Amino acid sequence: MRRTDLEAVLEAREVSKRFPGVLALDGVSLALRPGEVHALVGENGAGKSTLIKVFTGVYQPDGGELRHQGEPAAFGTPMDAQRAGISTIYQEVNLVPMMSVARNLLLGREPRRFGVIDAAAMNGEAERVLAGYGVETDVRRPLRSLGVGAQQMVALARAVSVDARVVIMDEPTSSLEPREVETLFGVIRRLRDQGIAVMYVSHRLDELYQVCDQVTVLRDGRVAHTGALAGVERLRLISLMLGRDPNEVRSHGLTRFSRDRAGPRQGADSAGSPDGGTSRRSPVVEARGLTRRHVLDGVDVSVRPGEVVGLGGLLGAGRTETAKAIVGALPLDGGQVLVAGAPVRVGSTTAAIRAGVSLLPEDRKAEGIIPTLSVRENIALAALPSLGRAGVVSDAKIDRVVEIFMRRLRIKAASPHQLVSELSGGNQQKVLLARWLAVRPKVLLLDEPTRGIDVGAKAEVQALIDELAEEGLGVLLISSDLEELVEGADRILVLRDGAVAGELSGDDVTEERIMATIAEQSDG
Amino acid sequence: MAELTTRGGGRVAVLKPRVFAWVQDYGVYAAVLALLLFNVLFTPHFLDASNFRTQLVQVTPIVIVSLGMALVIGTQGIDLSVGSAMSLAAALVVLYLGYGWLPALVVAVLGGALVGAVGGALVAYINVQPIVATLALLVGVRGLANVLVPQLVEFRNPDLIALGSSSVAGIPVIVLIAAALTLVVMFVVRRTTFGRQVVAIGGNRSASELSGLPVKRVLLIVYVISGLLAALAGVLATARLQASDPTSLGLFIELSAITAVVVGGTPLTGGRIRVLSTVMGALLMQLLAATLIKHNLPQSWTQMVQAVIILAAVYATRERATR
Repeated sequence: MRRTDLEAVLEAREVSKRFPGVLALDGVSLALRPGEVHALVGENGAGKSTLIKVFTGVYQPDGGELRHQGEPAAFGTPMDAQRAGISTIYQEVNLVPMMSVARNLLLGREPRRFGVIDAAAMNGEAERVLAGYGVETDVRRPLRSLGVGAQQMVALARAVSVDARVVIMDEPTSSLEPREVETLFGVIRRLRDQGIAVMYVSHRLDELYQVCDQVTVLRDGRVAHTGALAGVERLRLISLMLGRDPNEVRSHGLTRFSRDRAGPRQGADSAGSPDGGTSRRSPVVEARGLTRRHVLDGVDVSVRPGEVVGLGGLLGAGRTETAKAIVGALPLDGGQVLVAGAPVRVGSTTAAIRAGVSLLPEDRKAEGIIPTLSVRENIALAALPSLGRAGVVSDAKIDRVVEIFMRRLRIKAASPHQLVSELSGGNQQKVLLARWLAVRPKVLLLDEPTRGIDVGAKAEVQALIDELAEEGLGVLLISSDLEELVEGADRILVLRDGAVAGELSGDDVTEERIMATIAEQSDG
Repeated sequence: MAELTTRGGGRVAVLKPRVFAWVQDYGVYAAVLALLLFNVLFTPHFLDASNFRTQLVQVTPIVIVSLGMALVIGTQGIDLSVGSAMSLAAALVVLYLGYGWLPALVVAVLGGALVGAVGGALVAYINVQPIVATLALLVGVRGLANVLVPQLVEFRNPDLIALGSSSVAGIPVIVLIAAALTLVVMFVVRRTTFGRQVVAIGGNRSASELSGLPVKRVLLIVYVISGLLAALAGVLATARLQASDPTSLGLFIELSAITAVVVGGTPLTGGRIRVLSTVMGALLMQLLAATLIKHNLPQSWTQMVQAVIILAAVYATRERATR
């Protein structure tokens, strides 16, 4: 069915949106036409959620215009967008969990009799509507008693029944069972046939190819590609998302990783083994069969002393979750973590850190720094128990450690007593690295260690990773920057949909091979 | 002209944060000093030993309770159960007075610690919001105390009475105890691993978890300390009254303690604890009330002025957060 000739029901024209320090959207144009399912893809920071929020009236664009059914439109509030027939289904259902299914479905439009809600009519109506979505349930029960999939169907049914012309779905399948995904796709196809425009946001490429007609790729706030999905190969789609067009692969050498990847790194105790020997030494950390419903599906990872193992994959493939699982910060349904051959108590960061595993988290602000404390106290935080005696901290010991790491990592602060929240992103990241180095870990898990920091700090952090590995530290490196991954890692595990899709080592450690591994058809 | 405006504006912009920082750090001390000075100059007999002692003795339970409250608020929590912990301690101390004043005091303080442990366990391990967990205890524990001691009971144990009324070098013992506790809590917050962990958890709980801090245990202990201090305050107040009065002892003291913490400049958002300022906050409110009463202004005036001070303190603390 070709519908590109139809007038767009919702359109962004050269829309820009600026936040302090960032241009989140930079002249983005996108048209949603009746009866099309339009995929919106992009990595972290590409601008997807900003665009959704512009479409739904949460944000007002700074430049460009929004058009609704051919007319210029301005949605001052989310209510305005809803009134214009634009509905959004979020990952987390935004209904009222304690109210009955029927009330949720018909909220604000309950059938009334003599001024009060006619419960019987309401429940009958709700049952009839939901049956059409493959949901059979007692509509008088509270919404929260339903499974996530069924809750989402209620949200969807509600969206459609309020005369939606556009339905925006943000990661709708992230917590659905395969059977529920099928039902959802059935509903989406029906919406399409009814002439409703669907915008489908997902990282799961398989799903896009199953259900979408059009695709728009965002990267760094700009449209990297827009057009029919049928003509776009997986590999091309991935390279568009990652900004690595195979036809224009840039020359390497921008990162500060110095060593030659082909030869294994000379570990700290490599003197005895002539071939360097990282490959022969037993892993310092080994994770087996890490499993968590909807997130991780039996991931195996091991890191040897002095080795940098890269974790590749798209957003949502389970990289961060793998790292968190190893350090005990993600509850697991199954799996085991061994450090130097000994099992570590699952689900305890304290145990993992004591065993020698530390995680530099991806979200510096939310999970890293303690904003109310000084640089000094942020550095000393994890090592506190070892920096004192009988529970009383030793200022002399702390000062020594802080001084060593502030100098080694070249942390720029007015004094160790400056508030950490006043430092630049790069210096905050160095403070966090110092916090971990102060506990002398055996393995450091680095989740996006150079994201959002300036070029100079980035180079310093990369050089430091190299240096630490030379000294025998095992490193697990997560990065969305393919170049950083390829030049930094000795070996790369590529994750896809929460499972290891492939392992690359030696000459296979290239950007092209990573993208090809991501693009391989997943079985299912 | 334009340039002049810019310059002036620039100076104000530089000056303002500095003044604010000063007010935030020392404002409460300055206010206490100013009030003292005012009273010395304009209030007859203010510095008479008996009057001054009375002020200090009256504020002592609030000071002790607010020390624990400051710790709890430092973790982004709140403890509404302190008044009820006091009343439970008052009940327990007379019930066990037959075994001697010291065993009775120990039992009473342990009772308060238990109240704190229940609240702390609900908060730390079951993720009940602090305000809800401790609200339940506020209601329930006073009920329990009333069951144990249904009406006011006077006692004649000379040691307990002495605890409440004797002095060392002219300073009431209970004031000395409060001063000592203040020093201990200051030491704990500044110099111990536990104290630094309390502050870190209040500043960023998920970062603290990822840094391997025993978050749940620390939270539990913080509430235990709060309950323990409240119970101690309850015993001291009972000793001073020479009677156990679980029905009314410590009523609304949680509000006075929270006020002291807030006026002292500890933000309710956690991550920072100002112990000495909290004590100053308690003193400020006490002095203010005393001053206004001495100058024949009605109680209702005191309340309105106190409200203004609370709002001013919150405003100053908020400025710091956004600075």
